[in-house]
Amino acid sequence: MSIVIENAALKNNALSYIEDTIEKVPALVQLRTEAAETFASSDFPSIQHEEWKYTNIKKLVSNTYSFSNDVNVTAADIQDYLIEGTDVMVFVNGVYNASLSSFTSTEKVIVAPLSEAIEKHQDLVLAHLGKYADNSLPFVGVNTASVVEGGFVYAKRNALSETPLMFLNVVSGDNIVVQPRVLAVLEEGAQASIIERNAVIKGEAVLVNSVAEVNVAERANLSHLKLQDEVENTSLVTLSEAQQADNSVYHNITITTGGHIVRNNLNIALGEHCEGLMTGLYLVKGKTLVDNHTMVDHKMPNSYSNELYKGILSDKSKGVFNGKIFVREDAQKTNAFQSNKNILLSQDAVVDTKPQLEIWADDVSCSHGCTVGALDEEPMFYLRARGIPEDKARGLLIYAFAGDVIEKISNENVRALVEKIVAREMGYDLI
Amino acid sequence: MLKINDLKASIEDKEILKGINLEIKPGEVHAIMGPNGSGKSTLASVLAGREDYEVDGGDVDFDGEDLLEMAPEVRAQKGLFLAFQYPVEIPGVSNTNFLRTAVNEVRKARGEEPYNAANFMKEMKEKMQIVSIDKSLMGRSLNEGFSGGEKKRNEIFHMAMLDPKLAILDETDSGLDIDALRIVANGVNTLRDGNRSFVVVTHYQRLLDYIVPDFVHVLYKGKIVKSGTKELALELEEKGYDWIIQEVEGQN
Repeated sequence: MSIVIENAALKNNALSYIEDTIEKVPALVQLRTEAAETFASSDFPSIQHEEWKYTNIKKLVSNTYSFSNDVNVTAADIQDYLIEGTDVMVFVNGVYNASLSSFTSTEKVIVAPLSEAIEKHQDLVLAHLGKYADNSLPFVGVNTASVVEGGFVYAKRNALSETPLMFLNVVSGDNIVVQPRVLAVLEEGAQASIIERNAVIKGEAVLVNSVAEVNVAERANLSHLKLQDEVENTSLVTLSEAQQADNSVYHNITITTGGHIVRNNLNIALGEHCEGLMTGLYLVKGKTLVDNHTMVDHKMPNSYSNELYKGILSDKSKGVFNGKIFVREDAQKTNAFQSNKNILLSQDAVVDTKPQLEIWADDVSCSHGCTVGALDEEPMFYLRARGIPEDKARGLLIYAFAGDVIEKISNENVRALVEKIVAREMGYDLI
Repeated sequence: MLKINDLKASIEDKEILKGINLEIKPGEVHAIMGPNGSGKSTLASVLAGREDYEVDGGDVDFDGEDLLEMAPEVRAQKGLFLAFQYPVEIPGVSNTNFLRTAVNEVRKARGEEPYNAANFMKEMKEKMQIVSIDKSLMGRSLNEGFSGGEKKRNEIFHMAMLDPKLAILDETDSGLDIDALRIVANGVNTLRDGNRSFVVVTHYQRLLDYIVPDFVHVLYKGKIVKSGTKELALELEEKGYDWIIQEVEGQN
């Protein structure tokens, strides 16, 4: 058995799409051409590949997708996806839609679709775009080789962007692949908050292959939420690639409540005295497969990373967690913590959890732990014995289990929305 | 109010209750005493509906209905309350939110309007005084990090809020110092209104100095082997359980 899937339809179709569109944005031709060459010489991973052991994407990459599709989407179509007090940049099947978008761009905090940023701030874009994500990975390579549009935010020195910015990828149509791209760059001391979300308002067999590159300079602070409340039959492959300079903070929060196959890759590289935070919640049912692969790279001394991923799985859903902590020889005084806790609500739900610690420094404090189990009976009985019906008691306990993940979302409106989504998914009305 | 008839129960094929007969009328306080392992806590658990236990025989009538047929939450909604020997710590569920859910579920089941936030707070304030429970415990996660005394007080506070017809106190005195014991007992006495009934399960007589029972039953090897009035408790305190055990074993 081969570790790759050869002759995948997605690869061949993507290559012709890339060829057809390569001239579209002159400034990106070189980057795209190089990525396309790399992509052309690679193949999508099969389950023989160690990093894809539990996540079979054969059907996903064998499907024939269309890469563009003009549709008319109205404000009413996306109303439910907007968040109060949050700016939004909307893409419809990959195309930027100005009339549905609502955000402010200032001299200190530049917010723009990539196509516009390329025209006005070409140097800023080209200095970072494609510089962090590893294009030799096929999903990343094909995204980079296809990039003509995306979300761009650039916060200059000490700029504070108080309003969160959501990149909303609206998809409409069957067998569509969209490849969102986000580039967020924070200069020294800047602060910002971004959200990535998809809205598949119509369509079967949609594939979203997204790449977000993040560069957080010294003392800067970026909060990055991936809100994946996907509809059935939407599959996601995502990458968040974050570079942190000294004394910076980056917090990635990934919340998944649906989809067909969801594979998230999160890589953080830390400088000195950094905080790298990884928080995740997957609350899935049906046949959803959610796979979170995370890697934190402690390159320098005195940094702190903390990872908390929690899963609640019912029906025949499946969870995969692979968390790697890499501590290099120079990274003395590293503090790295990792925890993955799972509750299985049905006999058929499965979780594969694998912590990976690779430590080359000798003066470090690292811990990891994982649990997989059913909901405890004793608290259930306690709540029921006080008059709370079984389903509500279960809801309360699940909500409590998810609570310490949700409370890490600092923006009140966003937290309220996530609470609402979680409550909806477990069929429990919050009191 | 409660009529237990030849109740037999087991756990993991081990027979624990071997035919309990007991009748409790409105307003009565019954103490269930007995040596360790006699089945006292099992009786409390079976009445509250803990699913670990298998009921092997007998029946329990609660105000004209078959108690054993009811789910635990239905028993609570119908007015049965169990104060746990070991109240469970539930991180992430606040004491207040939990109680509001519980109280409103019980009210709903009784055909009463659920409390709105203001009414609930008012009711809570009033009932908090009964057990002198600290306000700071309300916002915290249910029993999490509570001291032993705080947990037991919280149980009595829940009881006051849920306003049951019949309250079972399972070794509520265990692990309490004398001050905490007095506060808990005062709380219970305040709720003794002539209609509400109590089953006080305890190993020691000292709680009964504060909660004076109408009847005292001694449970041994899964059966009530002796019943009497409060004087029986005093006799047990003085002489221990051995004489009863000898009496029972002698008969066999």
